[in-house]
Amino acid sequence: MSVELKTGRAAAQADGAAEGYRAGRTLTYATEFARQWRRKRTQLALGFMVVLPVILLIAFELGGSDDDGRSGRGQFSQLSDAAISGGLNFAMFALFVSASFLLVVVVALFHGDTVAAEASWGSLRYLLAVPVPRARLLGVKLAVALSYSALAVLALLGTALLLGTVRYGWHPLQSGIAAEIPPGEGLLRLLATAGFLGINMLVVAGLAFLLSVLTDAPLGAVGGAVLLYIVSSILDQITALGELRNFLPTHFAQAYLGLLTTPMQFDDIIKGTISAVCYFTAFCALAFYRFSRKDVVS
Amino acid sequence: MLLAGLAAWAVWPEDPGYRTVDERVSVRTGPLGDQDVSLDTRLYLPDGASAGNKVPALLLAHGFGGTKESVALDAQDLAGLGYAVLTWTAQGFGASTGQIHLNSPDYEVRDAQRLLDHLAKRDDIQLDASGDPRVGVLGGSYGGALSLLLAAQDKRVDAIVPMITWNDLGKSLFAQSAATTDDGVFKQAWAGVFFSSGMSGGRGGGGGLDLESLGANGEAPGEGGEAPGAGGAGPANLNPQCGRWAADICQTYLRVAAAGRLDADSRQQLAARSPGSVLNQIKAPTLLIQGLADSLFPLTEADANARGIAANGTPVRVAWFSGGHDGGDGPQSDADRLKFLTAQWFDHYLKGNGEAPAASFTYSRITGLDAVDRGTMATGYQITDYPGLTGQSAVQVPVSGGPRTVANPPNGTPAALSSLPGTGSGALSSFVNGVVSDLPGQHARFESAPLAQAVSVVGTPSVQIRAASPTGEAVLYVKLYDVDPNGSAALSMGLIAPVRLTGLPTAIDQARPVQVTLPGIVREFEAGHRLRITIATADQSYLGLAAPVDYTVAVGPADGGGLVTLPTAPGTPIATADALWLYVLLGLVALLAVGLAIVIVVARRRHRRVDHSVSAAHADTPLWVRGLRKTYGDFVAVDSIDFTVERGQVVGLLGPNGAGKTTSLRVLMGLTQATAGEVLIFGHRLAPGAPVLSRIGALVEGPGFLPHLSGEQNLAAYWRATGRPWEEARFDDALAIAGLGDAVKRKVKNYSHGMKQRLAVAQAMLGLPELLVLDEPTDGLDPPQIAEMRRVLQRYASDGRAVLVSSHLLAEVEQTCTHAVVVHKGRVVASGRVDEIVGDSPTTLLDVTDIDLASKTLDRLDGVTGYAVDGERTLVVDLGDVSRTDAVSALVRAGVGIDRVTPRRRLEDAFLALVGDSTAGSGDR
Repeated sequence: MSVELKTGRAAAQADGAAEGYRAGRTLTYATEFARQWRRKRTQLALGFMVVLPVILLIAFELGGSDDDGRSGRGQFSQLSDAAISGGLNFAMFALFVSASFLLVVVVALFHGDTVAAEASWGSLRYLLAVPVPRARLLGVKLAVALSYSALAVLALLGTALLLGTVRYGWHPLQSGIAAEIPPGEGLLRLLATAGFLGINMLVVAGLAFLLSVLTDAPLGAVGGAVLLYIVSSILDQITALGELRNFLPTHFAQAYLGLLTTPMQFDDIIKGTISAVCYFTAFCALAFYRFSRKDVVS
Repeated sequence: MLLAGLAAWAVWPEDPGYRTVDERVSVRTGPLGDQDVSLDTRLYLPDGASAGNKVPALLLAHGFGGTKESVALDAQDLAGLGYAVLTWTAQGFGASTGQIHLNSPDYEVRDAQRLLDHLAKRDDIQLDASGDPRVGVLGGSYGGALSLLLAAQDKRVDAIVPMITWNDLGKSLFAQSAATTDDGVFKQAWAGVFFSSGMSGGRGGGGGLDLESLGANGEAPGEGGEAPGAGGAGPANLNPQCGRWAADICQTYLRVAAAGRLDADSRQQLAARSPGSVLNQIKAPTLLIQGLADSLFPLTEADANARGIAANGTPVRVAWFSGGHDGGDGPQSDADRLKFLTAQWFDHYLKGNGEAPAASFTYSRITGLDAVDRGTMATGYQITDYPGLTGQSAVQVPVSGGPRTVANPPNGTPAALSSLPGTGSGALSSFVNGVVSDLPGQHARFESAPLAQAVSVVGTPSVQIRAASPTGEAVLYVKLYDVDPNGSAALSMGLIAPVRLTGLPTAIDQARPVQVTLPGIVREFEAGHRLRITIATADQSYLGLAAPVDYTVAVGPADGGGLVTLPTAPGTPIATADALWLYVLLGLVALLAVGLAIVIVVARRRHRRVDHSVSAAHADTPLWVRGLRKTYGDFVAVDSIDFTVERGQVVGLLGPNGAGKTTSLRVLMGLTQATAGEVLIFGHRLAPGAPVLSRIGALVEGPGFLPHLSGEQNLAAYWRATGRPWEEARFDDALAIAGLGDAVKRKVKNYSHGMKQRLAVAQAMLGLPELLVLDEPTDGLDPPQIAEMRRVLQRYASDGRAVLVSSHLLAEVEQTCTHAVVVHKGRVVASGRVDEIVGDSPTTLLDVTDIDLASKTLDRLDGVTGYAVDGERTLVVDLGDVSRTDAVSALVRAGVGIDRVTPRRRLEDAFLALVGDSTAGSGDR
């Protein structure tokens, strides 16, 4: 530790900042992306998205042909019956099974962890002392979390499509509720489904992000977001709530199934998008408002 | 609070926009007009209706088995549109007296005429002439037929909207799809459902769900208590065989149901109760609404009504929807469309508002299941002119297969199941593709090749069949399936075509082809799908032939294959609310973009308004703090702190735990906002995120690293986050300060506390900031490292930089710092050079054997400033000018035994003197 520190008085800028400092250059998207990329959590989450289709494929290969009928979701359950009819259907099935819970958890993980994890490590105060402007810190973190969430959906979709096509071939998309959809159009519908799922996940993203700002416990933010999502889903099952259900953030979660019918049903997709965008905006606005005025004591 | 608001909103009484008048209206009815019947009525009067503001009226009739309650919701809707809506319970049902005459012109229709009289007497109903109210009539099923019959019988009716009703009741109940005889096959399931619901006089009040209630899909009979005692028709007095049915109708039913055939009397009796015979009398503009999922009154009934009424030159419009007696209300989009059409119809023909509605024909096709609400989704289509059931054009598809032998089971059991009469709405999804099970041996299949292109069928397909029977007679059920490439077959809406054939040869080669009109459907047969014609011998909904015989059946003429004729009528999709929602979405996105832009602009402007002035007097002072105060609610963490850190100084911030050191440092780093006071860093006013913070390196409240990165990666990631040029970091210097050796490549989560601490100091020194703020920097370090750290800090400040160290290790501050600031209970109790605070006179501890003697000796010694007794054997002595050696020898000479002589740590004295013995921090005040 015996060091001779070099001498010389550093120059300063007019606003008092050290030379070379620009608020707009602090904590860039790429820096934050790299910071998160090296985390086990990130790698595991993305890795599982790749592994899930493999597990599904193995399950289909090992499993017998017997099934317990079309219990539960009526004709939509044919989606699982048709899963092995082609790569498109396999990918659709992979999306279908992950939409209600796995993606929710993954998105909540990426967003709930943003600020809360930095706070729990103690690194948040050093970033703020750099200083990274608070709005910028939040904005970059949100952008990176959104990117990783999108990456997760794409990883799942890509792997499932690749595996499914290699194993089951490139065949028309069968939905069980409409006619066969030719592969080209089927791929577009698959992408649209993934797109809507992503938009719908904005609700979870916004909620987890807000909770992440409000608490210093990353698990609390992730768990809280998942919990609230599930509560909303449960309330949505209570038809007695009537019109009020339209305002539940999860009410349109399954609207993507409308993309499998012919012609496609965009009504609920659009309403779902409106709902998701509204919730996302509200949650994020609250998060920014709260964080920009918060005393960081952790 | 949100919940409370929602609850309040939910229970808040809403102005319904109408008031109701419940009234029993006595009418004289019967062929001679001499029978008194008391009708249970309810009039819905819209707000504002009065003698000065007369409103047009609507008669809203309920379905079979219903009461005035079952149409309540529709009545409320219509009253909301500004009509006086009169609902009543038809005679023989509910609380009305009388008997069920099945829409007899002498009874039910006459009752309705008397109700028109009743309306005409009111002063708030608009009149066309004296005794002639401006009135429309609507209803479903039983009520629909009444509206047609009333319009034919009474010219005062100005417009009608009959829904899912019959043209010929005889033909409806005895269905015949073959173009041979009129003799049909008895719809025993439906007939039974209706007859039984008339036994008890109909269900009572209850839901009243739109068309479900309009359409008499004969739910379980209502509560017995609903029936009145007035007419002597209470449950106790009911005839066990006929219930509230009129005797003549009851006897007819018993006769034809037993025989399974319609005789001449009954045919005539039913014809009198059917609009078919009086269509030429109808002059009131008619909007006919018929259901696609209706095995009781199929599309052919509405088609016959439409053609009959249009022949008079009366305006007629036809609409089909994906519901009916089997399918209920159908999808929401259909319900909305029908409501719109009905309102438009009455608005023009009763109120005179708007253009005359076009004669265009609208229908809907089931497109799938609603993914969100689990209902059925349908798309509406529109065609300029009603094309009838045979479509605008036709496609012919050959089906192949030779003659097959099929067995008729004895008494029609076991039989195939195609529909479930009376189960009503809500089950529409199960009807979309039918619930069919064909029994082996009882049916023959004839399939087409896969369709080359999709065919969108709108209307009644048809096919020719041939049959041979040993008895010369056969009852067959012809079905058209849509078979997908996987082989699963769908029967559209579960509709089948029953045919009764007579005069058949015993051999199939002698059989003549018979044209069979299949049920009307709206369905898209996809490309690649096949058509399948199935001819079956028994069906649970129909009464077939009892004799167990074998038939031979085939399709098409003997010399060629069968051809299925598919009518098509391409329609234009009706725009739905989708488009509106899309605009809402686009508007929302635009709004958000604008909102975001405004927020950014406002934030920039506010940022510009912040005081950026530089205090020239302090421009070269690394840190200048005055009146710093921080409170959390009532709790005062920092009361008022003033101090200054000049270049070249190493300033120690001293204080007991809770004195406010860390809180002050947090404010200095911009992590928390001060309640009051001013902090200048190089003359720049400090605020959270102020750019001048970039000239400060800090270690506050322990290290904070990303555990998944190595020490080196952490430093690199931190520097990258500053966005400053890489070469300014002085990375190697910092690593050397950390002194972690190879450990710097290991992940931080495996570091000891001391290692993290050193890495944190190194991070604070990255870029050699002009002001270094370190909170307990030696925490977790071992003594050699502490010594090294001391040297590093002293050297760091020697070059015009400054260091602020907070610590509770007094010796360390004493040895490291040039200056000290002592904080206690949120206030500065001393500040200045360390040696000034310590003072010039060091003290010494003396443990002596005789404390009195020692005291006396010291008293006599010149130069001793003072002393204090501390315990039984210890003296704290301020020796002043006297050297320690002289003092000890003087004491020894005096005979005082000395156990121990200890020079006191000087800053500690000063510290204790300043803050007292209390260990309580500011938090305990």
